[in-house]
Amino acid sequence: MAATPWAKRSGWDTATVSAERLIDRLTGICGAANVITRPHQLRTYESDGLLMYRSRPLAAVLPETREQVRDAVRACADTGVPWVARGSGTGLSGGALPHSEGVLIVLSRLRRILDVDLPNQRVVVEPGVTNLEVSKAVGPTHFYPPDPSSQVVCSIGGNVAENSGGAHCFKYGFTTNYVTGLEVVLPDGEVVELGGKELDPPGYDLVGAFVGSEGTLGVATRITLRVVPTPEAVRTLVAFFDSTSAGGWAVERIVAAGLAPAAIEMMDRVSIHAAEAATSAGYRLDAAAALLVELDGPELECSSDVAEVEAICVDAGATEIRVAADEIERERLWRARKATFGAMGRVAKHYYVQDSVVPRTKLAEVLALIDGLADKYGMTVANVFHAGDGNLHPLVCYDGTRPGEAERAEELAGRIVTACVDAGGSITGEHGVGVDKKRYMPTMFSESDLDAFARLRCAFDPAGLANPGKVMPTPRLCGEVPGAYREHPLERARVAERF
Amino acid sequence: MAVAPTTYDEAADALRAAAERGGPAGISLAGLDRIVRHDAGDLTAVLQAGVRLSAAQEAFARDGQMLALDPPDPDATIGEIVSAAESGPLRHRYGGVRDLLIGVAIALTDGTVARSGGRVIKNVAGYDLAKLVTGSRGTLGVVLEVAVRLHPLPRSRATAVFATADSVELGRTVNALSHAPLELEALDVRWAEGRGAVLARFAGSCAAARAHRAGGEVLENDEELWAAQRSGQAGARKLSLLQTEWPRLCRAVDEAGGSLVGRGALGLAWVAADDTSPVRAEFPPREPPAAQRALEERLRARFDVHGALVA
Repeated sequence: MAATPWAKRSGWDTATVSAERLIDRLTGICGAANVITRPHQLRTYESDGLLMYRSRPLAAVLPETREQVRDAVRACADTGVPWVARGSGTGLSGGALPHSEGVLIVLSRLRRILDVDLPNQRVVVEPGVTNLEVSKAVGPTHFYPPDPSSQVVCSIGGNVAENSGGAHCFKYGFTTNYVTGLEVVLPDGEVVELGGKELDPPGYDLVGAFVGSEGTLGVATRITLRVVPTPEAVRTLVAFFDSTSAGGWAVERIVAAGLAPAAIEMMDRVSIHAAEAATSAGYRLDAAAALLVELDGPELECSSDVAEVEAICVDAGATEIRVAADEIERERLWRARKATFGAMGRVAKHYYVQDSVVPRTKLAEVLALIDGLADKYGMTVANVFHAGDGNLHPLVCYDGTRPGEAERAEELAGRIVTACVDAGGSITGEHGVGVDKKRYMPTMFSESDLDAFARLRCAFDPAGLANPGKVMPTPRLCGEVPGAYREHPLERARVAERF
Repeated sequence: MAVAPTTYDEAADALRAAAERGGPAGISLAGLDRIVRHDAGDLTAVLQAGVRLSAAQEAFARDGQMLALDPPDPDATIGEIVSAAESGPLRHRYGGVRDLLIGVAIALTDGTVARSGGRVIKNVAGYDLAKLVTGSRGTLGVVLEVAVRLHPLPRSRATAVFATADSVELGRTVNALSHAPLELEALDVRWAEGRGAVLARFAGSCAAARAHRAGGEVLENDEELWAAQRSGQAGARKLSLLQTEWPRLCRAVDEAGGSLVGRGALGLAWVAADDTSPVRAEFPPREPPAAQRALEERLRARFDVHGALVA
């Protein structure tokens, strides 16, 4: 069958006919009940967690087996139709925003835990399994550390695509540090097995290249994860300060002392008020900043470290410190932090979430700069963030019913992003680039950097069918590889050298 | 060839020139040996590829910090370590090269310099070329510079040694220690001539007290012990296994009349023997599946457009 992209053919008749043929084929693969084409049913899938972008796909398919995923991708490849993989749809960068002329492959029905190999500390799952289900499968002795705040619903497949972090990644790292193996359906429909339960498989670290590639290199259909022992002890405290800079200073001192808390979270006055209104967790409303610190590990280390953290906070001018006495209190302290995003609706009609990162030592400087920008724009910017790793989540509050305000909010958010990059940071710490931040990519990366990214993408997806229009600021065609590739002598030599 | 560029553009130009002459393309990184920056407060640093690990460690130690990489050769350059993805016992706690790189700059054979990542620990913008080139033995491009995550030097260290002449017991000890919430800094094994040991290294404020609790023979002056583990890797054959497979590997090593050192929980072993065939029979060498090889070939064709790179 000729693989002419139907969308590029002239005349809508041909396009419609081709689209119908593709839908027939998808129906044959997944069953009529699992292929959604009616506009009102497709509305569910128009956005992911970032609601400001909407796009209706040609069809949404809900495969139930890995083979169906492969066959659906193959059908798209044969017809030159773009496709987007979607997990639970909780992403915050529009990474799972459908392509208006493409197929949305929804993986939420692939939710079997295939193997719990506790002796080897590995779990093998399908992509639709939720993040929390992995920890449940290996608890209470073990857990899966990356913990995005949506962990109750977000899928492991989505975590792999976005290289998700969470509040505890300051100590434990990100998704990429826990994936040891992947079964991937490449955009041409070929299935490739990368890595496995063992570390250091032969060849390139393609698992490392794939995790965090935002669905642009293929779709993972089976994922092998490393799990770790549950810490012996956990200590959680919250310290209140008269300014965010005092809180920021405490963070610097804690890290400089060589302490490695599992989490260090900061909330500013606006966030505290919003969270308190929603949860009544008992945070001080007269405080300008709340610092939530969690230490975990061996009992002996935890007890001595928590005392040290308290001393540092007092020294930094903490007005009050509360150490959670038990699991109920610990849960209450976290509830306020976790509820902040949702609670912002109480203080703002609309808000725009950013995910920029700054080097930790620039926190105070950048926070002051953000305050200055907020004043200049006459808008409120709330801040609740992962202070340990400098990952800010500035929430630009605005009233979208007022003409021009949404645009001004976006402009302000853009200036915040630029300020963070100028300070040596990043445009995104954990939410991904998606569609939302691709316009900022050139602030971080040069043309030749982006060109190298395109080389990687083109090696996996020369036809550009997997999640096109994401990550890269401008669409790039792959083009032909110049000259025939000569197989290099090293390849065999290197493989032979492997034991 | 005696080209020793001192800037990244020079390096990329030299690489392109060599590649266009029909390769094999090689350039010396001896002129790129600067610690570009050490942001102690951020626990990060930027290093040129020609920096020797030992020189970097010395600089970081002045601020009570370390790059948590301890490959067998402490004088290896950063470029060599990244190219071969070399690591040592510290990988147990801190991860390997792939986990410690937060940014990379590479020269490609078409003369371009490409960067990915940045110099903050948390960053998901763009593709992770650092992981792609780690362990790629210079076949995609030449690493010029890396940004790394650092860790505080532990306040104290102590090792609990569990010696045994029973490979099954050795396996059990490894599994018990790796499944306990001990947060070890390293968990190694060694085995030769029917006997061996499990080494559990504790680090932190109360290392010795925790080591004593774990049992075994406790050594507070443990540096020599770990130096031996590192040097055991040099020149030995590396293989990957599951952490439940140590007894089987120990038996095979005995049959080969060899010795091994390895990472207990990670399942990485380095075997030294005159004839490794009994070990090969038990743990056959792995090869990348055909689909992965095809993908790797496509990557090389895109990155090394002249097909000029050899390790």
